[in-house]
Amino acid sequence: MLPPRSLDRAIERCVREEWGRILASLVKRLGDFQLAEDCLQDAVLVAMNTWAVEGLPKSPAGWLISVARRKAIDRVRRAANFASKHGEIAYLMELERVTEDEVEGFGDERLEMIFTCCHPALEEKTRVALTLRTLGGLSTEEIAAAFLDNVDAMSARLTRAKKKIAAARIPYRVPESNELAERLGSVLTVIYLIFNKGIERGDLSGEAIRLGRIILDLMPEEPEVAGLLALMLVHDARRAARLDVTGAFVPLDAQNRSRWNWTKIEEGVALLKVALGRGRVGPFQLQAAIHAVHGQAATWGETDWAEIAALYEVLYREQPSPVVRINQAVAVSYAMSAACGLAMLEEVGVGGALDRYQPYWAARADFLGRLGKTQLAAESYEHAIELSENQQEREFLHRKASRLAAGLV
Amino acid sequence: MQFMCLIYADPAAGPQPGTEEFGPFMHGYQVFTETVKKDGKMVHADALKGVETATSVSVRGGKTEVIDGPFAETKEHLGGYYLLECADLDEAVKYAAQIPTAEHGRIEVRPVMVWDS
Repeated sequence: MLPPRSLDRAIERCVREEWGRILASLVKRLGDFQLAEDCLQDAVLVAMNTWAVEGLPKSPAGWLISVARRKAIDRVRRAANFASKHGEIAYLMELERVTEDEVEGFGDERLEMIFTCCHPALEEKTRVALTLRTLGGLSTEEIAAAFLDNVDAMSARLTRAKKKIAAARIPYRVPESNELAERLGSVLTVIYLIFNKGIERGDLSGEAIRLGRIILDLMPEEPEVAGLLALMLVHDARRAARLDVTGAFVPLDAQNRSRWNWTKIEEGVALLKVALGRGRVGPFQLQAAIHAVHGQAATWGETDWAEIAALYEVLYREQPSPVVRINQAVAVSYAMSAACGLAMLEEVGVGGALDRYQPYWAARADFLGRLGKTQLAAESYEHAIELSENQQEREFLHRKASRLAAGLV
Repeated sequence: MQFMCLIYADPAAGPQPGTEEFGPFMHGYQVFTETVKKDGKMVHADALKGVETATSVSVRGGKTEVIDGPFAETKEHLGGYYLLECADLDEAVKYAAQIPTAEHGRIEVRPVMVWDS
């Protein structure tokens, strides 16, 4: 038998691992997110106590789902004493007939669940939180911490969302093919938001990769799903090299590439190749391709900037946003010249459209500095620093600005 | 389940009466009404007279107060509604998107409360 501490961890890991699949199945049968979650929570408490004594059962998922179903019967019976709910009683009778075999081989409804949680009728932040709670099995406390929210506010948000799903009858199903592309886009965006939250802090990027793997497993034919997973893997591979020992931000050109995770890069690139082969290119595949070009360059000097600039051009046609153009301008500044990059940047920023946008000023400062226009560059650095949202970024820009002022670049 | 589709728009936006676009716009409503009837979704629908004809009524301390104008002073006014019988929110949204005013205004979709008898 395992020692108590590691047994606790094994139980925790198992519950987190199985949470999404069990919850999805319970929601399908109970037709109610809140009831399903309460019952699963009950079952987890029973499991913690029982498994701590008897050890992990042969099929922890099967064990949890049958206990959760018994809890559902109890809860609905208790409620039924107050109001007669014919539908639920009929359901209970059906539930009690479920055999152990069915429990073992319960279906996978996680796709239905994630499409419901990422429904456009819910606010975007709510979609992210609900997906982390239902599919990821994170606690409300963990989700609140990721958003720097207080637990009560996050808990109220999740409750409101579950109520809206029930009251407004948001359907529990995978959308039909004519709306699939758009709705899948919403699901993938939610996972990518989770990933980017993880890049800022905490271990949410690992969780996003896990969610990406689940969706790819369930929709292997969708190239954008593979594209997203590839993008996250290749991006995440460079995470360890992004900060130095003092916690300061290290830009791509100064990163120690031996600290990159080459296994992740290889996996991402392989996934991307298969996805691109399906001939339905989309924004996630394009972003993955851009990151892959960086990821495959052994040194900063070997980066294929012309290829990156061309990929941004295709991405811009799919997603005509100023952010894409700014990134393209950076690639152009290396592929051609800082003057070409600056010209492109000024075109997007015309009329002051990006005056409050930090990456615009950071790119502008860099181009002007490389062109020897030190005074103008210093002014742009000031704007960029003022608009920066985190300390690491501010310090990094400060360092660049002082090096320029000292004539070191 | 019944869904109330409330039609909101800025009266100054969209096709105006007396212009060339107004005829086809109203014809769009005719087509939509026929569609929801044919599909068996129609419960009821009405258009409302302009917000300049609105009166707001409240009772405070037993005293009825009547004031000129709508409840909320917003640029977008409630102009009418469709009450539709739909299977779920996705179906209601699919129909709401076909209401001609959705092109320049906004349709608020609200499930109708069902009272336990």
